[in-house]
Amino acid sequence: MRNIWVIWRKELKIYFVSPIAYHLLAFTAVVFGFFFTVATAIFVSRGMQAMRMGQGMPMDVNEWVIRPLLMNISVIGLFVTPMISMRLFSEEKFSGTIELLMTSPVRDLEVILGKWLGALTLYASLLAVSALNLGLLFFYGRPAWQPILVGYLGLLLQGGCLLAIGAFISTTTRNQIVAALITFDLCLLLWVLDWVSSYEAAGWARVMAYISVLTHFEPFSKGVLDSKDVIFYLSMIFLGLFLTSRSLESLRWRA
Amino acid sequence: MIKVEGLSKRYGRTLAVDNISFEVQKGQIVGFLGPNGAGKTTTMRILTCFLPPTSGTATVAGYDVQAQPLEVKKRVGYLPENPPLYPELEVEDYLAFVGKLKGLRKSELKARIDQACQRCAIGDVRKTLIGKLSKGYRQRVGLAQAIIHNPEVLVLDEPTSGLDPKQIIETRTLIRNLAGDHTIILSTHILPAVEQTCEQVIVIDRGKLVTIDSLENLTRRLRGVEAVAIQVEGRDGALDPAQAQRRLEQIPGVSRVVLKESDGGRSGFEVESLPGRTIRVDLARAVVEAGWVLDELRPAARNLEEVFLELTKAEQDTRSGGDK
Repeated sequence: MRNIWVIWRKELKIYFVSPIAYHLLAFTAVVFGFFFTVATAIFVSRGMQAMRMGQGMPMDVNEWVIRPLLMNISVIGLFVTPMISMRLFSEEKFSGTIELLMTSPVRDLEVILGKWLGALTLYASLLAVSALNLGLLFFYGRPAWQPILVGYLGLLLQGGCLLAIGAFISTTTRNQIVAALITFDLCLLLWVLDWVSSYEAAGWARVMAYISVLTHFEPFSKGVLDSKDVIFYLSMIFLGLFLTSRSLESLRWRA
Repeated sequence: MIKVEGLSKRYGRTLAVDNISFEVQKGQIVGFLGPNGAGKTTTMRILTCFLPPTSGTATVAGYDVQAQPLEVKKRVGYLPENPPLYPELEVEDYLAFVGKLKGLRKSELKARIDQACQRCAIGDVRKTLIGKLSKGYRQRVGLAQAIIHNPEVLVLDEPTSGLDPKQIIETRTLIRNLAGDHTIILSTHILPAVEQTCEQVIVIDRGKLVTIDSLENLTRRLRGVEAVAIQVEGRDGALDPAQAQRRLEQIPGVSRVVLKESDGGRSGFEVESLPGRTIRVDLARAVVEAGWVLDELRPAARNLEEVFLELTKAEQDTRSGGDK
């Protein structure tokens, strides 16, 4: 346990002394800030319109502002995870520090978990930046907070799953850019896979839709906590970390 | 302290280490000597549990590298050929990280970092980013990293590579100072490095163990003869080197006289005895009897380079002889 903590702290330190963390935080702040502004502006103008036409129907902030924004973050996550995960093992392999880690009295699993949790923490801090924006809504309205919480849980799970896959990819190469590219390719594929379900209902299409990471996020964005989706993310995290540990071990054999 | 038996390591089709066995006693400094690609790094990586052996066993401090790797790792400090450094970290933070990774408690950490910094003379760069350090400093930080948890065994892969001569001397002194507390294995393909630091030498070539012996024995065993460097001068300033050489060759027990240098009246020779004979006294007497001035008379240390070439050559000869 202590070793996981030691490695977690080192990972975070390296993220935050290099420009990576600051770039990602700034990127999220700007991009999400933009989405947030646009989403609320649309919401306000629709509200005005409805009032002018005398409809005055009750408009739901959760449904009209927060849900689409959560979906936006989920997509931003696809772009951000490769940038976070690319260095996890590639950098250590390139600089030779992997020899230090693997000759220290630490289990491979502790290294992997420490690194993955470090990456997840950085990802969570990006989510926190986006949450600041949503927090503003509570000054002007009364959105339900429970669905937001569920949404963020979903985002965290999705991030954990993509970061676990990214961690595996980064064990396979010494080159961070290659790791980022391959991870990005996979993220993109896992995003669009479910599109086939819009025209095809056969078994294979359902399988592809099931694998798609974003299909499982949709219920979260609506505030629905379904064990099926939680289990999907958890098993993907497990798979990613398992592959990482296998790949790390194979380094010893192939060297 | 270290026991290696029948160790082999195969990468695909190439046999990097071929059935090596040796033992290292506690507190010794052992030089691991061989040309590039001889299998030094591979052997060291097996000893540090970075790589598993293909066959054979290795035990470090009583623990098997395959059965109890965590126990071995706790007791070994390892400096790989490229020091494993994080350029983004400050030296002190880096050492603290490694210390914790090696299992040091918080209470002892500070004292251990202080000691490692002091021993490796990096106290003045503790707050510097590693990325900004010169090569020499990085090497020393790498060494500090290896000794941070006061390990019983130190494995140093080419600790002096890429350093300038002054740094090489400093690093050697440092390593010699570390001996006693630690058992040290260091690899090098530069012979003087071994000559000046190690008590015991393991020579390997193309994955095979060529020999293991103390440096002294190694040199002696190879010759089995006494070698003396002698420098003489004619009394009146003139001396015919060829004549002097003939004179020396006539001394009983002398097998070979080689003229090393001749400068006006002064000539230097290297004289070898027949096996088992001492010739120094006879040489001195002969010089006096001939009426020359004896400028210098000392045992000629054959340098390790010759020894090494001879050893690996002998190995090749027997091998090719066996093929026929």
